[in-house]
Amino acid sequence: MEFIKPQNVNETLRALKKWGRKGLLVAGGTNVLPDLRARKISPEALIDISRLESLSFIKAEKGGIRIGALTPIAVIAASTILQKKAPILCEAARHLGNPLVRNRATLGGNLAKSSPAADTAVPLLALEAVVAVQGAGARKRRIPLDQFFLGPNRNALRAGEMIQEVSFPLPSPGSKMAYRKMGLRNAMAISVVSLGVLLDMRKGICRRIRIAFGAVAPKPIRIYQAENVLLGKEITPELLQACGTQAEKEISPITDIRAGAEYRRAMVSVLLQRVLSEALGMGT
Amino acid sequence: MRKPKIYPVRIKVNGEWRKTAVKAAETLLHTLREKLGQTEVKEGCGKGDCGACTVLLNGKAVNACLTLTLQAHGQEVTTLKGIGTRQTPHPLQESFVKHGAIQCGFCTAGMIMAAKALLDENPHPTREEIRQGISGNLCRCTGYQKIVVAIEAVSSQRTEKK
Repeated sequence: MEFIKPQNVNETLRALKKWGRKGLLVAGGTNVLPDLRARKISPEALIDISRLESLSFIKAEKGGIRIGALTPIAVIAASTILQKKAPILCEAARHLGNPLVRNRATLGGNLAKSSPAADTAVPLLALEAVVAVQGAGARKRRIPLDQFFLGPNRNALRAGEMIQEVSFPLPSPGSKMAYRKMGLRNAMAISVVSLGVLLDMRKGICRRIRIAFGAVAPKPIRIYQAENVLLGKEITPELLQACGTQAEKEISPITDIRAGAEYRRAMVSVLLQRVLSEALGMGT
Repeated sequence: MRKPKIYPVRIKVNGEWRKTAVKAAETLLHTLREKLGQTEVKEGCGKGDCGACTVLLNGKAVNACLTLTLQAHGQEVTTLKGIGTRQTPHPLQESFVKHGAIQCGFCTAGMIMAAKALLDENPHPTREEIRQGISGNLCRCTGYQKIVVAIEAVSSQRTEKK
Protein backbone atom coordinates (compact mmCIF):
# COMPACT_ATOMS: atom_id res chain seq x y z
CA MET A 1 0.00 0.00 0.00
CA GLU A 2 1.25 3.46 -0.82
CA PHE A 3 0.83 6.70 1.07
CA ILE A 4 0.33 9.84 -0.96
CA LYS A 5 0.17 13.31 0.45
CA PRO A 6 -1.00 15.85 -2.11
CA GLN A 7 -0.19 19.46 -1.28
CA ASN A 8 -3.33 20.98 -2.79
CA VAL A 9 -6.68 20.17 -4.35
CA ASN A 10 -5.31 19.83 -7.90
CA GLU A 11 -2.70 17.34 -6.81
CA THR A 12 -5.39 15.44 -4.94
CA LEU A 13 -7.59 15.23 -8.03
CA ARG A 14 -4.64 14.04 -10.12
CA ALA A 15 -3.82 11.35 -7.55
CA LEU A 16 -7.46 10.25 -7.52
CA LYS A 17 -7.46 10.02 -11.31
CA LYS A 18 -4.21 8.04 -11.36
CA TRP A 19 -5.30 5.51 -8.75
CA GLY A 20 -8.99 5.30 -9.66
CA ARG A 21 -10.97 2.95 -7.41
CA LYS A 22 -7.71 1.67 -5.87
CA GLY A 23 -7.00 5.02 -4.26
CA LEU A 24 -8.79 6.04 -1.08
CA LEU A 25 -9.04 9.52 0.35
CA VAL A 26 -8.29 9.74 4.08
CA ALA A 27 -9.19 12.86 6.01
CA GLY A 28 -9.91 12.34 9.73
CA GLY A 29 -9.65 8.58 9.27
CA THR A 30 -12.44 7.82 11.73
CA ASN A 31 -14.32 5.79 9.11
CA VAL A 32 -11.34 4.57 7.10
CA LEU A 33 -9.20 3.13 9.89
CA PRO A 34 -11.84 0.82 11.40
CA ASP A 35 -12.66 -0.39 7.88
CA LEU A 36 -8.99 -1.03 7.10
CA ARG A 37 -8.55 -2.86 10.39
CA ALA A 38 -11.61 -5.04 9.73
CA ARG A 39 -10.29 -5.67 6.18
CA LYS A 40 -13.54 -4.39 4.73
CA ILE A 41 -11.47 -2.32 2.33
CA SER A 42 -8.05 -2.89 0.77
CA PRO A 43 -6.99 0.18 -1.17
CA GLU A 44 -3.61 0.25 -2.91
CA ALA A 45 -3.04 3.89 -2.03
CA LEU A 46 -4.08 6.06 0.88
CA ILE A 47 -4.38 9.67 -0.25
CA ASP A 48 -4.02 11.84 2.85
CA ILE A 49 -5.97 15.07 2.65
CA SER A 50 -6.08 15.76 6.39
CA ARG A 51 -3.84 18.82 6.05
CA LEU A 52 -5.47 20.47 3.04
CA GLU A 53 -6.32 23.66 4.92
CA SER A 54 -7.93 25.28 1.88
CA LEU A 55 -10.93 22.95 2.25
CA SER A 56 -11.47 23.71 5.92
CA PHE A 57 -13.70 26.76 6.30
CA ILE A 58 -17.13 28.05 7.28
CA LYS A 59 -18.17 31.13 5.32
CA ALA A 60 -21.38 33.10 5.59
CA GLU A 61 -22.07 34.95 2.36
CA LYS A 62 -24.99 36.90 1.03
CA GLY A 63 -26.74 33.96 -0.54
CA GLY A 64 -25.89 31.35 2.04
CA ILE A 65 -23.41 29.38 4.06
CA ARG A 66 -20.50 27.45 2.58
CA ILE A 67 -18.62 24.80 4.53
CA GLY A 68 -15.41 23.19 3.29
CA ALA A 69 -15.36 19.39 3.05
CA LEU A 70 -12.43 19.10 5.45
CA THR A 71 -13.99 21.20 8.22
CA PRO A 72 -13.77 19.10 11.41
CA ILE A 73 -17.08 18.16 13.03
CA ALA A 74 -15.87 19.78 16.30
CA VAL A 75 -15.44 23.09 14.48
CA ILE A 76 -18.97 22.88 13.07
CA ALA A 77 -20.32 22.02 16.52
CA ALA A 78 -18.67 25.10 18.05
CA SER A 79 -19.25 27.56 15.20
CA THR A 80 -20.97 30.74 16.39
CA ILE A 81 -22.12 31.65 12.89
CA LEU A 82 -23.73 28.24 12.40
CA GLN A 83 -25.20 28.37 15.89
CA LYS A 84 -26.94 31.56 14.82
CA LYS A 85 -27.98 30.65 11.27
CA ALA A 86 -28.33 26.88 11.30
CA PRO A 87 -28.41 25.60 14.89
CA ILE A 88 -29.72 22.18 13.83
CA LEU A 89 -26.42 21.51 12.07
CA CYS A 90 -24.43 22.38 15.23
CA GLU A 91 -26.68 20.19 17.30
CA ALA A 92 -26.26 17.22 14.97
CA ALA A 93 -22.49 17.80 14.95
CA ARG A 94 -22.46 17.83 18.76
CA HIS A 95 -24.10 14.40 18.77
CA LEU A 96 -21.74 12.78 16.26
CA GLY A 97 -19.51 10.14 17.83
CA ASN A 98 -17.62 11.57 20.80
CA PRO A 99 -15.23 14.49 21.39
CA LEU A 100 -12.18 12.51 20.21
CA VAL A 101 -13.90 11.50 16.97
CA ARG A 102 -15.28 15.01 16.41
CA ASN A 103 -11.76 16.47 16.52
CA ARG A 104 -10.77 14.30 13.55
CA ALA A 105 -13.94 13.50 11.59
CA THR A 106 -14.85 15.91 8.80
CA LEU A 107 -18.09 17.03 7.17
CA GLY A 108 -17.00 15.67 3.78
CA GLY A 109 -16.11 12.33 5.31
CA ASN A 110 -19.46 11.99 7.04
CA LEU A 111 -21.28 12.60 3.76
CA ALA A 112 -18.92 10.55 1.58
CA LYS A 113 -19.35 7.51 3.83
CA SER A 114 -23.08 7.88 3.11
CA SER A 115 -24.33 5.89 6.07
CA PRO A 116 -28.14 5.78 6.25
CA ALA A 117 -27.63 7.24 9.75
CA ALA A 118 -25.10 9.94 8.75
CA ASP A 119 -25.53 12.54 11.49
CA THR A 120 -24.81 15.69 9.49
CA ALA A 121 -26.95 14.59 6.53
CA VAL A 122 -30.24 15.03 8.39
CA PRO A 123 -29.99 18.77 9.21
CA LEU A 124 -28.33 19.43 5.86
CA LEU A 125 -31.27 17.82 4.04
CA ALA A 126 -33.64 20.06 5.99
CA LEU A 127 -31.47 23.06 5.07
CA GLU A 128 -31.61 22.01 1.37
CA ALA A 129 -27.85 21.71 1.09
CA VAL A 130 -25.99 21.22 -2.16
CA VAL A 131 -22.74 19.25 -2.41
CA ALA A 132 -20.04 20.56 -4.74
CA VAL A 133 -17.88 17.75 -6.15
CA GLN A 134 -15.04 17.78 -8.65
CA GLY A 135 -12.81 15.36 -10.53
CA ALA A 136 -9.52 16.01 -12.36
CA GLY A 137 -10.04 17.97 -15.57
CA ALA A 138 -13.79 17.98 -15.06
CA ARG A 139 -16.09 20.81 -14.21
CA LYS A 140 -17.37 21.17 -10.68
CA ARG A 141 -20.76 19.47 -10.25
CA ARG A 142 -23.34 20.70 -7.79
CA ILE A 143 -25.53 17.90 -6.48
CA PRO A 144 -28.54 18.62 -4.25
CA LEU A 145 -28.03 16.54 -1.12
CA ASP A 146 -31.31 14.66 -1.61
CA GLN A 147 -29.91 13.35 -4.91
CA PHE A 148 -26.44 12.70 -3.51
CA PHE A 149 -27.28 9.62 -1.43
CA LEU A 150 -28.20 6.54 -3.46
CA GLY A 151 -28.35 3.81 -0.81
CA PRO A 152 -26.42 2.37 2.13
CA ASN A 153 -22.84 3.65 1.74
CA ARG A 154 -23.55 4.59 -1.89
CA ASN A 155 -23.61 8.06 -3.36
CA ALA A 156 -23.46 10.00 -6.61
CA LEU A 157 -19.68 10.56 -6.53
CA ARG A 158 -18.07 9.30 -9.73
CA ALA A 159 -14.64 7.66 -9.82
CA GLY A 160 -11.99 10.32 -9.33
CA GLU A 161 -14.35 12.85 -7.78
CA MET A 162 -14.07 14.34 -4.31
CA ILE A 163 -16.42 16.47 -2.24
CA GLN A 164 -15.10 20.01 -2.00
CA GLU A 165 -17.76 21.89 -0.13
CA VAL A 166 -21.33 21.90 1.08
CA SER A 167 -23.54 24.96 0.85
CA PHE A 168 -27.08 25.90 1.74
CA PRO A 169 -29.22 29.02 1.44
CA LEU A 170 -29.52 31.14 4.58
CA PRO A 171 -32.73 30.23 6.38
CA SER A 172 -35.00 33.25 6.76
CA PRO A 173 -34.47 35.04 10.09
CA GLY A 174 -37.75 33.76 11.51
CA SER A 175 -37.24 30.13 10.46
CA LYS A 176 -37.98 27.63 13.17
CA MET A 177 -35.76 24.59 13.43
CA ALA A 178 -35.39 21.58 15.64
CA TYR A 179 -33.31 18.42 15.66
CA ARG A 180 -33.46 15.19 17.63
CA LYS A 181 -31.28 12.13 17.69
CA MET A 182 -32.50 9.00 19.36
CA GLY A 183 -29.67 6.61 20.15
CA LEU A 184 -29.09 3.82 22.62
CA ARG A 185 -26.76 6.02 24.64
CA ASN A 186 -25.66 9.64 24.61
CA ALA A 187 -22.14 9.28 23.21
CA MET A 188 -20.82 7.04 20.45
CA ALA A 189 -24.35 6.28 19.37
CA ILE A 190 -25.43 5.41 15.88
CA SER A 191 -28.97 6.73 15.49
CA VAL A 192 -32.01 4.58 16.00
CA VAL A 193 -33.93 7.49 14.48
CA SER A 194 -32.78 11.05 13.88
CA LEU A 195 -34.72 13.93 12.42
CA GLY A 196 -34.47 17.59 11.60
CA VAL A 197 -37.19 20.07 10.71
CA LEU A 198 -37.24 23.61 9.37
CA LEU A 199 -40.43 25.70 9.17
CA ASP A 200 -41.42 29.17 8.10
CA MET A 201 -44.72 30.38 9.54
CA ARG A 202 -46.58 33.49 8.44
CA LYS A 203 -49.71 34.68 10.21
CA GLY A 204 -50.17 31.25 11.74
CA ILE A 205 -49.93 29.49 8.37
CA CYS A 206 -47.12 27.11 7.46
CA ARG A 207 -45.46 28.62 4.38
CA ARG A 208 -42.40 26.42 4.13
CA ILE A 209 -41.50 23.12 5.69
CA ARG A 210 -38.65 20.64 5.37
CA ILE A 211 -38.57 17.34 7.23
CA ALA A 212 -35.55 15.03 7.08
CA PHE A 213 -34.93 11.66 8.72
CA GLY A 214 -31.91 9.44 9.28
CA ALA A 215 -31.68 5.70 9.98
CA VAL A 216 -35.21 4.87 8.80
CA ALA A 217 -34.51 4.20 5.11
CA PRO A 218 -31.59 2.97 2.95
CA LYS A 219 -30.33 6.56 2.97
CA PRO A 220 -31.00 9.80 4.84
CA ILE A 221 -34.26 11.16 3.37
CA ARG A 222 -36.62 14.11 3.06
CA ILE A 223 -40.25 13.08 3.43
CA TYR A 224 -42.10 15.26 0.96
CA GLN A 225 -45.66 13.94 1.36
CA ALA A 226 -45.61 14.50 5.09
CA GLU A 227 -44.35 18.03 4.47
CA ASN A 228 -47.33 18.62 2.19
CA VAL A 229 -49.73 17.66 4.97
CA LEU A 230 -48.70 20.82 6.84
CA LEU A 231 -47.92 23.16 3.97
CA GLY A 232 -50.32 26.08 3.63
CA LYS A 233 -52.23 25.13 6.75
CA GLU A 234 -52.68 26.30 10.27
CA ILE A 235 -50.90 23.75 12.41
CA THR A 236 -53.03 21.98 14.99
CA PRO A 237 -52.29 18.92 17.12
CA GLU A 238 -54.63 16.92 14.84
CA LEU A 239 -52.71 18.00 11.78
CA LEU A 240 -49.41 17.07 13.44
CA GLN A 241 -50.83 13.62 14.05
CA ALA A 242 -51.82 13.32 10.40
CA CYS A 243 -48.32 14.42 9.44
CA GLY A 244 -46.83 11.72 11.66
CA THR A 245 -49.09 9.07 10.15
CA GLN A 246 -48.07 10.13 6.66
CA ALA A 247 -44.38 10.08 7.68
CA GLU A 248 -44.72 6.43 8.68
CA LYS A 249 -45.78 5.62 5.11
CA GLU A 250 -42.77 7.28 3.55
CA ILE A 251 -40.07 5.46 5.44
CA SER A 252 -38.71 1.93 5.04
CA PRO A 253 -36.90 1.09 8.25
CA ILE A 254 -35.04 -2.15 8.86
CA THR A 255 -34.50 -4.23 11.94
CA ASP A 256 -30.89 -4.20 13.07
CA ILE A 257 -28.79 -4.54 16.20
CA ARG A 258 -30.07 -1.19 17.50
CA ALA A 259 -33.83 -1.42 17.00
CA GLY A 260 -36.65 -3.24 15.29
CA ALA A 261 -38.31 -1.86 12.17
CA GLU A 262 -41.68 -1.59 13.95
CA TYR A 263 -40.15 0.34 16.82
CA ARG A 264 -38.49 2.73 14.40
CA ARG A 265 -41.78 3.20 12.54
CA ALA A 266 -43.59 4.04 15.77
CA MET A 267 -40.86 6.42 16.88
CA VAL A 268 -40.89 8.30 13.57
CA SER A 269 -44.43 9.49 14.16
CA VAL A 270 -43.95 10.22 17.85
CA LEU A 271 -40.65 12.05 17.43
CA LEU A 272 -41.88 14.02 14.43
CA GLN A 273 -44.86 15.35 16.37
CA ARG A 274 -42.65 16.20 19.34
CA VAL A 275 -39.94 17.89 17.29
CA LEU A 276 -42.45 19.91 15.26
CA SER A 277 -44.21 21.02 18.46
CA GLU A 278 -40.87 21.98 19.92
CA ALA A 279 -39.91 23.99 16.83
CA LEU A 280 -43.27 25.76 16.95
CA GLY A 281 -43.15 26.28 20.70
CA MET A 282 -46.49 24.48 21.01
CA GLY A 283 -45.47 22.22 23.87
CA THR A 284 -46.91 18.75 24.17
CA MET B 1 4.22 -10.09 -3.56
CA ARG B 2 5.63 -6.60 -3.78
CA LYS B 3 7.70 -5.40 -0.89
CA PRO B 4 5.54 -3.09 1.22
CA LYS B 5 6.58 0.52 0.98
CA ILE B 6 8.16 2.04 4.06
CA TYR B 7 8.07 5.76 4.75
CA PRO B 8 10.31 7.78 7.07
CA VAL B 9 8.40 9.81 9.66
CA ARG B 10 9.33 12.44 12.23
CA ILE B 11 7.02 13.26 15.12
CA LYS B 12 7.50 15.55 18.10
CA VAL B 13 6.54 13.31 21.02
CA ASN B 14 6.34 15.05 24.40
CA GLY B 15 8.57 17.84 23.15
CA GLU B 16 11.24 15.65 21.60
CA TRP B 17 11.58 14.96 17.86
CA ARG B 18 11.52 11.21 17.21
CA LYS B 19 12.21 9.45 13.93
CA THR B 20 11.12 6.07 12.67
CA ALA B 21 9.83 4.41 9.51
CA VAL B 22 6.34 3.01 8.94
CA LYS B 23 4.02 1.41 6.40
CA ALA B 24 1.24 3.50 4.85
CA ALA B 25 -1.56 2.16 7.02
CA GLU B 26 0.30 1.99 10.34
CA THR B 27 -1.57 3.68 13.17
CA LEU B 28 -0.10 6.26 15.50
CA LEU B 29 -1.02 3.93 18.35
CA HIS B 30 1.12 1.12 16.96
CA THR B 31 4.06 3.40 16.27
CA LEU B 32 3.94 5.02 19.70
CA ARG B 33 3.81 1.72 21.56
CA GLU B 34 5.86 -0.64 19.44
CA LYS B 35 8.47 1.63 17.88
CA LEU B 36 8.83 4.58 20.22
CA GLY B 37 8.30 2.76 23.51
CA GLN B 38 5.43 4.96 24.70
CA THR B 39 3.54 2.14 26.36
CA GLU B 40 1.59 4.57 28.53
CA VAL B 41 -0.66 4.88 25.46
CA LYS B 42 -3.01 1.91 25.85
CA GLU B 43 -4.64 -0.20 23.21
CA GLY B 44 -8.21 -1.13 24.09
CA CYS B 45 -10.52 -1.72 21.16
CA GLY B 46 -8.25 -0.45 18.39
CA LYS B 47 -11.20 1.04 16.51
CA GLY B 48 -12.13 4.26 18.22
CA ASP B 49 -14.77 2.98 20.61
CA CYS B 50 -12.95 3.09 23.96
CA GLY B 51 -10.56 6.05 24.14
CA ALA B 52 -7.80 4.15 25.98
CA CYS B 53 -5.31 5.38 23.37
CA THR B 54 -6.23 9.07 23.71
CA VAL B 55 -3.31 11.41 22.99
CA LEU B 56 -3.12 15.08 22.12
CA LEU B 57 -2.35 15.84 18.48
CA ASN B 58 -1.40 19.51 18.26
CA GLY B 59 -3.28 20.00 21.52
CA LYS B 60 -6.51 18.27 20.47
CA ALA B 61 -7.54 14.96 22.03
CA VAL B 62 -7.73 12.21 19.43
CA ASN B 63 -7.78 8.43 19.25
CA ALA B 64 -4.25 7.32 18.35
CA CYS B 65 -5.78 4.16 16.85
CA LEU B 66 -7.77 6.22 14.33
CA THR B 67 -4.83 8.37 13.28
CA LEU B 68 -2.34 7.26 10.64
CA THR B 69 1.23 7.70 11.83
CA LEU B 70 2.07 9.44 8.57
CA GLN B 71 -0.71 11.94 9.22
CA ALA B 72 1.19 12.96 12.37
CA HIS B 73 4.40 13.58 10.42
CA GLY B 74 5.88 16.91 11.50
CA GLN B 75 3.20 17.33 14.18
CA GLU B 76 3.19 17.45 17.97
CA VAL B 77 1.92 14.50 19.98
CA THR B 78 1.50 14.58 23.75
CA THR B 79 1.01 11.44 25.82
CA LEU B 80 0.44 11.01 29.53
CA LYS B 81 4.19 10.92 30.15
CA GLY B 82 4.44 14.34 28.57
CA ILE B 83 2.32 16.10 31.16
CA GLY B 84 3.73 14.90 34.47
CA THR B 85 6.34 12.74 36.18
CA ARG B 86 6.46 10.80 39.42
CA GLN B 87 8.25 13.73 41.07
CA THR B 88 6.11 16.44 39.52
CA PRO B 89 2.73 14.97 38.65
CA HIS B 90 0.15 16.93 36.70
CA PRO B 91 -2.69 18.27 38.90
CA LEU B 92 -5.03 15.82 37.16
CA GLN B 93 -2.77 12.91 38.05
CA GLU B 94 -2.67 14.03 41.70
CA SER B 95 -6.39 14.50 41.76
CA PHE B 96 -7.12 11.08 40.23
CA VAL B 97 -5.00 9.46 42.96
CA LYS B 98 -6.48 11.58 45.74
CA HIS B 99 -10.10 10.90 44.72
CA GLY B 100 -9.69 7.22 43.97
CA ALA B 101 -10.51 7.80 40.34
CA ILE B 102 -8.37 4.80 39.39
CA GLN B 103 -9.57 1.24 39.68
CA CYS B 104 -7.86 -1.14 37.26
CA GLY B 105 -6.08 1.81 35.70
CA PHE B 106 -6.39 0.80 32.07
CA CYS B 107 -8.50 3.78 31.04
CA THR B 108 -6.61 6.26 33.22
CA ALA B 109 -3.97 7.44 30.76
CA GLY B 110 -6.56 8.16 28.07
CA MET B 111 -9.05 9.55 30.57
CA ILE B 112 -6.50 12.06 31.90
CA MET B 113 -5.53 13.16 28.39
CA ALA B 114 -9.19 13.72 27.48
CA ALA B 115 -9.66 15.62 30.74
CA LYS B 116 -6.59 17.74 30.05
CA ALA B 117 -7.87 18.66 26.59
CA LEU B 118 -11.22 19.59 28.13
CA LEU B 119 -9.70 21.80 30.85
CA ASP B 120 -7.30 23.43 28.38
CA GLU B 121 -10.30 24.54 26.34
CA ASN B 122 -12.78 25.08 29.13
CA PRO B 123 -11.03 25.61 32.52
CA HIS B 124 -14.26 25.54 34.51
CA PRO B 125 -16.61 23.01 32.98
CA THR B 126 -19.91 22.06 34.54
CA ARG B 127 -20.41 18.48 35.64
CA GLU B 128 -22.38 17.84 32.48
CA GLU B 129 -19.59 19.33 30.36
CA ILE B 130 -17.09 17.06 32.13
CA ARG B 131 -19.27 14.03 31.38
CA GLN B 132 -19.45 15.07 27.74
CA GLY B 133 -15.72 15.79 27.67
CA ILE B 134 -14.87 12.23 28.66
CA SER B 135 -17.74 10.62 26.73
CA GLY B 136 -15.28 9.06 24.27
CA ASN B 137 -13.46 7.27 27.07
CA LEU B 138 -14.81 4.07 28.54
CA CYS B 139 -14.04 2.91 32.07
CA ARG B 140 -14.89 -0.79 32.21
CA CYS B 141 -14.74 -0.64 36.00
CA THR B 142 -17.52 1.99 35.65
CA GLY B 143 -15.70 4.32 38.03
CA TYR B 144 -17.05 7.40 36.30
CA GLN B 145 -18.36 9.21 39.35
CA LYS B 146 -14.94 9.50 40.98
CA ILE B 147 -13.34 10.41 37.68
CA VAL B 148 -15.80 13.29 37.26
CA VAL B 149 -15.19 14.39 40.85
CA ALA B 150 -11.40 14.28 40.31
CA ILE B 151 -11.63 16.45 37.19
CA GLU B 152 -14.02 18.84 38.88
CA ALA B 153 -11.60 19.21 41.83
CA VAL B 154 -8.81 20.33 39.49
CA SER B 155 -11.14 22.83 37.87
CA SER B 156 -12.16 24.36 41.20
CA GLN B 157 -8.56 24.40 42.50
CA ARG B 158 -7.80 26.66 39.60
CA THR B 159 -10.61 28.99 40.63
CA GLU B 160 -9.25 29.31 44.17
CA LYS B 161 -5.81 30.26 42.92
CA LYS B 162 -7.23 33.19 40.97
